[in-house]
Amino acid sequence: MGRSYGDACLNPGGTLWSTSRLDRLIAFDDQVGRLACESGVLLRDIQRLAIPRGWSLPVLPGTQMVTVGGAIANDVHGKNHHAFGTFGEHVTKLRLVRTDGETIDASPGDAGPGLRPDWFAATVGGVGLTGVIAQAELQLRRVSGPWLEAETIAFEGLDEFFALSDGSERDWEHAVSWIDCRSAGALRGLFMRARPAGETEGAAPWRARTRRMPLTPPVSLVNGLTLRPLNALYFHLAGRRAGPRIVHYEPFLCPLDSLLEWNRLYGPRGFFQYQSVVPQAARVEATREMLDAVARSGEGSFLAVLKTFGDRPPAGLMSFPAAGVTLALDFPNRRAVPALFERLDAIVREAGGRLYLAKDARMPRSLFEATYPNLAEFARFRDPGTSSAMSQRLMGS
Amino acid sequence: MRIVVVGATSAIAEHCCRLWVQQGAVDLTLVVRDIAKGERMAADLRVRSPQSSVALATVDFMAPAEIAALAASIASGGPINAVLIAHGVLPVQQQCQDDLAFCREIMEVNALSPVLFAEAFAATLGRAGRGTIAIIGSVAGDRGRKANYVYGASKGLVARYAEGMEHRFAGTDVRIVLIKPGPTDTPMAARLKAQGRRLATVEEVAQATVDAMAKGRPVVYTPARWRLIMLIVQHLPRFIFNRLQI
Repeated sequence: MGRSYGDACLNPGGTLWSTSRLDRLIAFDDQVGRLACESGVLLRDIQRLAIPRGWSLPVLPGTQMVTVGGAIANDVHGKNHHAFGTFGEHVTKLRLVRTDGETIDASPGDAGPGLRPDWFAATVGGVGLTGVIAQAELQLRRVSGPWLEAETIAFEGLDEFFALSDGSERDWEHAVSWIDCRSAGALRGLFMRARPAGETEGAAPWRARTRRMPLTPPVSLVNGLTLRPLNALYFHLAGRRAGPRIVHYEPFLCPLDSLLEWNRLYGPRGFFQYQSVVPQAARVEATREMLDAVARSGEGSFLAVLKTFGDRPPAGLMSFPAAGVTLALDFPNRRAVPALFERLDAIVREAGGRLYLAKDARMPRSLFEATYPNLAEFARFRDPGTSSAMSQRLMGS
Repeated sequence: MRIVVVGATSAIAEHCCRLWVQQGAVDLTLVVRDIAKGERMAADLRVRSPQSSVALATVDFMAPAEIAALAASIASGGPINAVLIAHGVLPVQQQCQDDLAFCREIMEVNALSPVLFAEAFAATLGRAGRGTIAIIGSVAGDRGRKANYVYGASKGLVARYAEGMEHRFAGTDVRIVLIKPGPTDTPMAARLKAQGRRLATVEEVAQATVDAMAKGRPVVYTPARWRLIMLIVQHLPRFIFNRLQI
């Protein structure tokens, strides 16, 4: 789709392969919920097919407008990480085509002859560098419909956030927080949680309403003048719908899909996203330091998201999630931003965390090498015929 | 609803098929050259719509007798509601000028072959007195220009042919539909995309095609703005047109 936040989808000096035409479904067994498809199929299209038949993808990232291959290669997660883990945990098989012509079928664990678990672990989260993912087989989950029972709770301060998160893990499948990114002391936010709704009476009829950002403004619409009022407005508008309500999963799980090409809001210079995870032990301290660093820099972030990750074994060698808390921040691409990133990098590194490759276009190689311990193991599985701007930047080729 | 799709693996046709199976159970016959590709497509449609029936047929797209026999054999399976004829290639103009055999091949694939299919199915639809035949033309068929007049002429032939057929079936319930897409983001136009041209999405063109067939509209430009653009291009006086680098 070419919608990556980072530079994994670029390849300066090389060729780019698009898998968007590998968009055919292969087989669907609606007794057990197994779907086989080519790698360019969009998650949205799987959902539209599966939900009326009583099945759903177990893990959806913040947008459905991504391909199956991209979801595997970035081992994406959703708001239900503590319950369902990452996308890769629900892939039962994948087919890799290497540039030397070899085809490798891989699956997790000991699934059978000819299926290679080591290649599976390298490819899930392997940002496309082990070869081209051509096909995959996914295990869907049972659902009674597209509806969620959702609740929004306003909170102040990090301690309240962690109390809400920890207290919601057991009974609420989905949880995420939007935060008004001021200093940690003055932090406020909206904690949003949801779980599948069996009951759909009272649900308003829902129609996918998609708008498109029609043009790129000459300067970022997200800037020092607009940010505070925007955040305050969002806080009050969204906070008003506080009580429990029945919502369609699309606006709850994938809010950005209602404004296609929203990235244009940031003007021609675009924006950076900075998504980190820090482990459980450091979660309060490191998050506080990062929020303070952002506040001190004067660079605000409109899309600031805080979410806890569950404690689950990673699906891939290079998977991002780890037990702890993840903070995602968007910054318009401005002159002061690199210096802020260096300060944030230092906090993440000190805390024993890491940055998310799916969102990254700038992390220094030293940080990458220090925070992805399976890198040497992963390198054995690289397809020497493939590269990306990201691999050139972080792995030297 | 029984629909025959000729050149079914073309991107526009494939997306039309996806729209049809999404609307409800349909009976599709896909006429393809590449049977392996056709089978992948058929499997996809069956997953999308288990209640639909998807059959594959292959034929030499240049052989009149084979095409007539295929049309007759499909017709013998029951009344046909609609036929979509969608195959085509977009050549590099210069290559057509340099290589006459290639030029001839382009003319055959884009113009002669669709005409043979249309005529073969017109015979059966004419007998039934009802049904729709749609052909994918192109905005390039509206006026010849140096950048692609071999392609343009082949599509222009199809347009004139559809016009005549529409006349032939006037007063009956047989509808002839000519779709004129602007440059569309399909594998056929990958070269244009690489040049950075703005292309219509294949989903949009497929939707317009399916809608036009349902309504039996004789000529449809898609995206719709091409109707105005081509109106202007067609009416530019020679002394201006011939100086344009288009």
